[in-house]
Amino acid sequence: MLKHFIGLQWKSFFRSATFKTEIWFKILMALGALYFIVVFLGMGVGAFFLIKEMEIGDPLRVVNQFMIYYLAFDLVFRYMLQKMPVTNIKPLLYLPISKSKVVNFSLGKTVISFFNLAHAFFFIPFSIVLLVEGYPPLQVVGWHLALMAIIYCNNFINVMVNNQNVVFYVIAALFIVAGASQYYQWFDITIYTGPIFDFFYDIPWTAIIPWLILIGLYYGAFAYFKKHMYLDGGLAKKQTEAKTENLEWLDRFGNLGTFLKNDIKLIKRNKRSRSAVIAGAFFIFYGLLFFTGALEVYDGPFWKIFAGIFVTGGFLFSFGQYVPSWDSSYYPLMMSQNIKYREYLSSKWYLVIIATIISTILATFYIYFGWEAYAAVLVGGIYNIGINSYLVLWGGAYVKTPIDLTSNKKAFGDKQAFNAKTLLLTLPKLVLPIGIYAIGHFLINPMAGYIFVAVFGLLGFVFKNKVFTMIEGIYKKEKYKTLLAYKQK
Amino acid sequence: MITVHNLTKTYGENTVLNIDRLEIPKGQSFGLVGNNGAGKTTLFSLLLDLIQPSSGHIINKDVQVDQSEDWKPFTSAFIDETFLIGYLTPEEYFYFIGELRGRNKADVDALLSNFEDFFHDEILGQKKYLRDLSKGNQKKVGIVASFIGNPEVVILDEPFANLDPTTQIRLKGIIKDLAAKDGVTVLVSSHDLIHVTEVCERIVVLNKGEIVKDIHTSAETMKELEAFFAG
Repeated sequence: MLKHFIGLQWKSFFRSATFKTEIWFKILMALGALYFIVVFLGMGVGAFFLIKEMEIGDPLRVVNQFMIYYLAFDLVFRYMLQKMPVTNIKPLLYLPISKSKVVNFSLGKTVISFFNLAHAFFFIPFSIVLLVEGYPPLQVVGWHLALMAIIYCNNFINVMVNNQNVVFYVIAALFIVAGASQYYQWFDITIYTGPIFDFFYDIPWTAIIPWLILIGLYYGAFAYFKKHMYLDGGLAKKQTEAKTENLEWLDRFGNLGTFLKNDIKLIKRNKRSRSAVIAGAFFIFYGLLFFTGALEVYDGPFWKIFAGIFVTGGFLFSFGQYVPSWDSSYYPLMMSQNIKYREYLSSKWYLVIIATIISTILATFYIYFGWEAYAAVLVGGIYNIGINSYLVLWGGAYVKTPIDLTSNKKAFGDKQAFNAKTLLLTLPKLVLPIGIYAIGHFLINPMAGYIFVAVFGLLGFVFKNKVFTMIEGIYKKEKYKTLLAYKQK
Repeated sequence: MITVHNLTKTYGENTVLNIDRLEIPKGQSFGLVGNNGAGKTTLFSLLLDLIQPSSGHIINKDVQVDQSEDWKPFTSAFIDETFLIGYLTPEEYFYFIGELRGRNKADVDALLSNFEDFFHDEILGQKKYLRDLSKGNQKKVGIVASFIGNPEVVILDEPFANLDPTTQIRLKGIIKDLAAKDGVTVLVSSHDLIHVTEVCERIVVLNKGEIVKDIHTSAETMKELEAFFAG
């Protein structure tokens, strides 16, 4: 039986549409995975010595103190990215396989997920360093096993709370509050949680407690899934109550308003687009890394422009990048309805522009970090509106991966972001403005650099019609290929 | 209204459609039948410029469809669920199509009121998004949406499939009414010979991409078709 399951799994992995991508994308993905492994490894090996050097106490105790945040982040990441094991169960339901076996296999599959294994790259080297540094082996092993169990507890907690948005947001909010109050020294949650993890070290046999909890959680998840393995139960698609919205205030924009209305509904009502926009909103705070001098590597003058582009371009990069894939599930309708390509494109363009203007206004608080920071944000906004808004639409013509709006999975690490042509187009999006700025910065002064970038952005605005005609032509040329690609889900 | 000239569509070695000449006069109700893979959907997709012909072209009211977009204002279609926007409610979808075709809400509501029977209280005011409707109900929405804005050409691919018997009968009535209107050309494809012979004045049989029969519907049509498909 297990042989069959593994065989099915194998085929579903190697025959999936995403797997058959360009070879160099696979290389990129492997590099990405490698990067994370190296980061975790580096953390595992380096954390001990780093903490020691900072002289804030016994490294293990310090790690234990902040462990709660580590675990909280882990949970949040899992919630957002980890795939649920229920997929592909449907065809097995009526076959002569006991339900327990199916559930056991599905849950067992999550054990070897990357989200669990990645932690090994931190904990194993960290424990080894502890041993090498002369910590008592028995105690280190106890601690190690306890945390391993806790990581797996997270795994099954995630399985159970999945799709329970309320639970997730409450937990996330609690941790944000805890983190903020710790930062401002109102209340320190780690005083209470740190000792728990110390406990596993001080009295190693207590490591059995998290393992017992883990077994409990496994059976909880098992019972939950088994009970809900019906088409109208856990396997049913969630239906939300729909309400008709008019958004009549957009009617004054004519045909453009029609599309904008649709796009607003698209963003509001679909999980995938909603998360893209939320992710985009976080970009506004990205600049804090640069302007507060939090990271030394970001102190160079060009990085300010880089930050400006990102701060104001969150929506542009997270949503605009994937035009027209957002409409992939009904692209044939769009192509045969009474719609001119130009109207369709300009509605997307306006959406990006409006969002960029809003981000630029919201980012006004950067003025707190001095005029230069604010100038960088402002010219970044102008450049995004004048040049990058075209570039994302242009790149979109080559993006041919359909987006499944109702699912959040694959939201990150989607191959569409790594299409050769779109990748090439990111160069002018980021490198060009930095280059322009550098010319002004070195020839005259920083002010001139900013003015140069702004002028460049404004020039783009002037040529709108010309650029649009060109982009429209490319979209028309790519139309049939795009339609074909969207058909293959 | 519609003229097909030397139209072929090939994928690699495989010719899926090959029509020398086909003329569909204005106002005709035109039925397309054929087995799976006969080329029905390919022909309709070519009519809507969703795929490119390998050779030849289609003229829809003086507009060559793969050259200009000007056929769009007077042509509408429902091919499959990719013509529906899943995250809209049926009402929003109808209004959206209405706005694209220059019809305001009142116009759309007036049109929808004619289809109350057809909807059978399962479409409007259901507080459901289109993606959550059953296949049959989705189809009803798509079909009715294709009537919005008085199109001169209406293309329906397999409109009877997935519908319950009552709805099938009502749909036949609707299509007959539509075809009886002055100047509306209706193109319907179906696997169901009885339905097409009832609804269409003219029936064309496709087999492996070629026209093998072109019949003006009469009392004997059904027999003729059955004889053909029985092989």
